[in-house]
Amino acid sequence: MVTTMKMRLAAVAVAATIGMSAQAAQSITGAGSTWVYPLVAKWATIYAKQTGIQVNYQAIGSGGGIAQIQAGTVAFGASDKPLLPADLAKHGLIQFPTAIAGEDIVYNVPGLRPGELILSGPVIADIFMGKVAKWNDAEIARLNPGVKLPNMAITVVHRSDGSGTTFTFANYLSKVSPVWKAKIGADTSIAWPVGVGGKGNAGVASYVQRIKGAIGYVEYAYILENHMAYARMINSAGKVLSPSLQGFQAAAANVDFTKARDFYVILTDQPGAASWPISGCTWQILRKSAPRATNAAVIRFFDWGFEHGQSVARSIAFGPLPPSTVNAIKVYWKKNLGI
Amino acid sequence: MERTRAAADRDLKPAAEENRSAGGARALSADFLFRYVALAMALLVGATLVAVVVAIAYDSWPAIKVFGVWGFLKGRTWDPVSEHFGAFPFIVGTLVSSTIAMVLAVPLSFGIAVFISELAPSWMRQPVSSAIEMLASVPSIVYGLWGLLVFAPQFANVEPWINDHLGAIPGIGVLFQGPPMGIGMLAAGIVLAIMILPYITAIMRDVFVATPVRLKESAYAMGATTWEVARKILLPYTRTAVTGGIFLGLGRALGETMAVTFVIGNSDNLSASLLMPGASIPSVIANEFTEATTKLYVSSLIYLGLVLIGITLIVQGLAVLLLGTVGRGARAPS
Repeated sequence: MVTTMKMRLAAVAVAATIGMSAQAAQSITGAGSTWVYPLVAKWATIYAKQTGIQVNYQAIGSGGGIAQIQAGTVAFGASDKPLLPADLAKHGLIQFPTAIAGEDIVYNVPGLRPGELILSGPVIADIFMGKVAKWNDAEIARLNPGVKLPNMAITVVHRSDGSGTTFTFANYLSKVSPVWKAKIGADTSIAWPVGVGGKGNAGVASYVQRIKGAIGYVEYAYILENHMAYARMINSAGKVLSPSLQGFQAAAANVDFTKARDFYVILTDQPGAASWPISGCTWQILRKSAPRATNAAVIRFFDWGFEHGQSVARSIAFGPLPPSTVNAIKVYWKKNLGI
Repeated sequence: MERTRAAADRDLKPAAEENRSAGGARALSADFLFRYVALAMALLVGATLVAVVVAIAYDSWPAIKVFGVWGFLKGRTWDPVSEHFGAFPFIVGTLVSSTIAMVLAVPLSFGIAVFISELAPSWMRQPVSSAIEMLASVPSIVYGLWGLLVFAPQFANVEPWINDHLGAIPGIGVLFQGPPMGIGMLAAGIVLAIMILPYITAIMRDVFVATPVRLKESAYAMGATTWEVARKILLPYTRTAVTGGIFLGLGRALGETMAVTFVIGNSDNLSASLLMPGASIPSVIANEFTEATTKLYVSSLIYLGLVLIGITLIVQGLAVLLLGTVGRGARAPS
């Protein structure tokens, strides 16, 4: 009971802060995805210095972001999971992608160096379903000839909190494993058949680093920061890759965002020799019926980010959108908002 | 005791009435005002509670319509993808982690309280009491981080021993078998026990200290040991307050969120072993609420909150019932 009350209070508090800041001149408010938070926060700092316009972004989670933009308490909401075009139309919303990121498998197997292990999507699906339960299982050994794999139980570590990272990961597994798709599917939280749940990337990383024989999935930025043992992956073209910004961008470059309605494309398992298989994206959601000045201010901010914020984005492991996509977004703005 | 109190009441009543008539109209109106302000405050608290329950029930309605009451309570799947929600694993997790906490915390608290009130040299009493009280002022997020970063890694080293020794006991052995991860139901129960320890201890110590010295001294004079005094004098004399303290601790354990979320392992799958990960109602709400996107999903999470209120009320009800029976049994409840 106490928890529920606390959450209600927190929701009220968030709504109140957002409401207040929306009244102040020269400020834009947004809320949503925790994944995109580092990027929007960095952009906002520089944007404020250059233009004097404050962008307040509250990382309350994608679900909260969608709820807030529907209620009209914020100027933009951010979600790691795109809304279906039908849902957008129903609520009078539009959405466009912001930046590209990726995630990878991390592990804690004594004797295995970072990047030494090679995994494929179907094998990862079997591991996360509990079908492959030992590190020296034939499925893993077949992909890693010459690597000494211990006879050790695999402990699956997943996110306990709802997360876009989970959505992207499960979406990828649904594409490569029919069994996963039928039994489990993809969402921000899913019914994990096995394993333990850690809170946030930090929780998953700390469990993996602690538990011998553990395997988990975290955002690429987190692997870089913490020098974790990551896996190389076999992509849909059959090539073995290490995770990299180039790989995420290659996945995005392969997608024709210009053809997808409301940019509803998910970047996992894209074709192309250089495409990283578990790439993802964050969407910004706007209300068509919002005051024109509000939408224009939001658009100016993201337009600035697309033009001037790309080196900042790269420095925190977010990949810029391909130029063709940025152009398509501008056309989309013009068409839907007339801005 | 009863008689003296009644006598005191008789003495007080006429005096109060005299005061009223002597004080005049101003005192009367101030008194009148105060009485209604106090009443309003009391009603406000009750009204808030009712409003919260009504709001939560209203927001859970979509989930109640789909899953019903029984279906939700005994449903074993929690699958946001197919939007199929059942609370059973979390109800079990909440009850089991709280039970472990109570099993560990109650005897420990009793020992500490007896030590402070009966055994400790007087110079030690204050420091030990203060140390215990400080445990209560540590924020629960700190317990969570401590549990995750300090306790769990150490506990993982103990778990193989638990596996080999407790796990080998026929019958209950199945409770103690599992991979040594350091996190799980047992770890959550232990961290919870440390968190509720100060509440139970503080109440026990206060009532033990308040037990009339002549009772204790008479028992000692008759050759009773400290243990006998604790068991036959202290406990029967303070039964009501001690039971109240235990239920206060239990209430806290049932609703604890952050610390449990960090160490319970967060798995929706039921397991016979206490070393395996589980999940509690508060931990699931805290984990999933922010990213719950669909109406039924959010509503099911709120419904979980409603279930937790239900569990808390049942526990409170049991406490009242139990207090009723012990109250009759005890000679002079404080």
